[in-house]
Amino acid sequence: MDLATFAVQCLNALQYGLLLFLIASGLTLIFGVMGVINLAHGSFYMIGAYMAYALAPALGGATGLGFIATMAVGVVLAVALGYALEWAFFSFLYEREHLQQVLMTYGLILVFEELRSLAFGNDVHGVAVPDAFAGSISLGGLMSYPVYRLFISGVCVALALGLYVVLSRTRLGMAIRAGSTNREMVASLGIDVKQLFRVMFAAGVALATLAGMLAAPVSSVYPGMGSQVLIICFVVVVIGGLGSVRGALAAALLVGAVDTFGKVFFPQAAGVLVYVLMAVVLLWRPEGLFKAT
Amino acid sequence: MAAIAAAVLALALFPLFGGKFGVDFVTKTMVLAILALSLELLVGQVGLVCFGQAAFFGIGAYAVVLLTPKTAAVSAAWLLPAAVGAAALYALVVGALSIRRRGVYFIMVTLAFSQMAYYVAHDTPLGGGTDGIYLDFAPSAGAIDLGRAIPIYYFTLAALAAVFAFLAVAMRSRFGRALAGIRVNEQRMRAAGFSTYPYKLAAFVLSGAIAGLAGSLFAVKDGFVNPELMGWHISGTVLMMVILGGIGELHGAVLGAFAFSLLQEFFKSHAIFGEFSKHWALGVGLAIILVVALLPRGLAGRRG
Amino acid sequence: MADVLLRGRDITRRWGGVVAVNGVSIELVRGEAHALIGTNGAGKTTLVNVLSGEIPASSGSVELRGDDVTRWPQPRRARAGLGRTYQRSTIFPQFTVLENCRLAAQARYPAPWRWWEDAARCAPCIEAARAAIARAGLEGVVDRQAGLLSHGEKRQLEIAVCLATSPQVLLFDEPLAGMGAEETERMLEVLHSLRANHAILLVEHDMDAVFRIADRITVLVDGSMIASGSPADVRANAGVQNAYLGHA
Repeated sequence: MDLATFAVQCLNALQYGLLLFLIASGLTLIFGVMGVINLAHGSFYMIGAYMAYALAPALGGATGLGFIATMAVGVVLAVALGYALEWAFFSFLYEREHLQQVLMTYGLILVFEELRSLAFGNDVHGVAVPDAFAGSISLGGLMSYPVYRLFISGVCVALALGLYVVLSRTRLGMAIRAGSTNREMVASLGIDVKQLFRVMFAAGVALATLAGMLAAPVSSVYPGMGSQVLIICFVVVVIGGLGSVRGALAAALLVGAVDTFGKVFFPQAAGVLVYVLMAVVLLWRPEGLFKAT
Repeated sequence: MAAIAAAVLALALFPLFGGKFGVDFVTKTMVLAILALSLELLVGQVGLVCFGQAAFFGIGAYAVVLLTPKTAAVSAAWLLPAAVGAAALYALVVGALSIRRRGVYFIMVTLAFSQMAYYVAHDTPLGGGTDGIYLDFAPSAGAIDLGRAIPIYYFTLAALAAVFAFLAVAMRSRFGRALAGIRVNEQRMRAAGFSTYPYKLAAFVLSGAIAGLAGSLFAVKDGFVNPELMGWHISGTVLMMVILGGIGELHGAVLGAFAFSLLQEFFKSHAIFGEFSKHWALGVGLAIILVVALLPRGLAGRRG
Repeated sequence: MADVLLRGRDITRRWGGVVAVNGVSIELVRGEAHALIGTNGAGKTTLVNVLSGEIPASSGSVELRGDDVTRWPQPRRARAGLGRTYQRSTIFPQFTVLENCRLAAQARYPAPWRWWEDAARCAPCIEAARAAIARAGLEGVVDRQAGLLSHGEKRQLEIAVCLATSPQVLLFDEPLAGMGAEETERMLEVLHSLRANHAILLVEHDMDAVFRIADRITVLVDGSMIASGSPADVRANAGVQNAYLGHA
């Protein structure tokens, strides 16, 4: 493989990994702090993609500004959805056994999938890359790479940095990190745990939805996309260690690399490689690569 | 005991007035009941919530199809055990890697490994891809023609009764009691001198084997397999059956299989829902949420 | 010649930066009740966990009846004759008292392949269970569901379940916790009757009970052993008086 192709694949792997991190970080935090395993997390990714599909024509999504507006609207809707879902549904799951959480969120997936089917049907749709980010850019004279994919990576990096800043330098972040080790202590510190959970859950939903919106132009919009990404995210979280955001980042990048290069070198076995990776990590480090932050 | 005898009798007499659709439906439900029993062993008896049962089910089904040559039927006497063995082997590998993990990790890891099997069936030539593979010949079982509806019905009923009886006896044995102890308080079991890992692994392999048996019967009945048999919707559905029927009792698993299948048929019914019946999954999803929220013990679960 | 059944040599256990147990050595002799006392967080339970095999030592060794068991997992040590009870009861609440002990006793007669045989038919298991129940003084409630027992009875069951496997070394973690005067008396009688044939380690906070029953006392403060000897020696030790008994 020549250098140009290798570089392209590296950037693809990075972009995919960063997108996975966006989704997985929400999943791992929600479990780490609130103790809820949410099978429907992938559905938010799907909702984001379908939102991009639905909103784009209405907001003139092809122009740069219109696209940003679409994303902003999408994020606001996602936060609202997250708040509503936490209040109406997820807040009842905190004290329940994992088995019940698994089943109730599984039921939620079915509900989301059918609502989507009712609203949008079961066809595969495409979303146009916004004009402002269309086309390719020459990188160091070596090769050309789609601008939009760089944009995705850029947004993910910015959000990852934002997440790091919030977690390590704000009071909210402190509360989150304390909450992942000791829920009762957080409550006794005078922090409103209910509000904290609601905010966290809404943030997790927003991240996953945003990821879906960003990914829509490159991955197209289709019915099974939520489930597919969910299970990959589970692999990411298992490898990275439940509750560890740092672990989620490392694992997401690793999974991105294995999946991307796997598809290049072993196209037949591509889907399986990620699970082989998980099996190998489990054999070597049963607790995952990192402990909870 | 009397209730169980009555149920077996009812099932034995059903084909006399069930009609073609009824017999087909009940055969399929009995297969799912066997699958549900395999999961009840793990969830109800040992306390391991596995979300990857579909893999063992699918492997049992695919093994039947792949081991049957295009030219002639093979004897069920070795085909079914071979299919069961294949499923048990995969269960051994998955179990060895997953059982050391606690709670949520175990759920996610078993789900991921079952997806692995799904992708092998879906993407590689081994699995025949999304189109699936047809079973050319039903396995031969002496004078019984397993390719026809009534014989496979009774064969499945016999298998269900055998699995149920075996599990009922085994759970009362020292092995079964040890599993119960591990479920209630693994720490105390270890402190007493039980090496708990081999027990859990054995239960996992046994569960995979029974799931493989269910899969092999499904393949014989339907004559067709496709990757969706390993899909996680199967895992979710059978988990739902176990919790609906009630965890902790073997008859709960069978009850749950029938109750859930009927529930699904209800939502799929064109007569009741008309056009909307194609969105039956919505009703099922809501039903799942409501049942788990309101009936944590299911219909007939263990009391305490 | 003292019959040393369990010997911990220079045991150290670190958690990250914290040293929970610092170079502690301890010997348990048949016929002796050895009390382990110290303030909260002194490392007593950690030491017991290392001796029983639940957590590995960072350094040091554990010998059980002459065998080096430092690398043995807990179940293996239990099968070799090491039993323990827990501060918070680890009984099986849904099973009867008899079944609790029978199941524990089964560890010695596992036979997991006999899937057709009802577990209740395992005569040796039942015998060992009944003997343990009698030693712990629970004959009156043999068929009661364990979850319905009184607190004192549950602590007795905790001991019975431990005895059901016929261990020779007994590690008791706060067996008297939460007990009233009468129950404490009963428990002390049980402990007294066990002493003759077993080596007992007793982690306890109840100082009266400790000085009544212990033949030797080891005192831990912040993970280190500051005194070890007969009750009289320990009582007279200035360091102990300062660090611990003064606060009692």
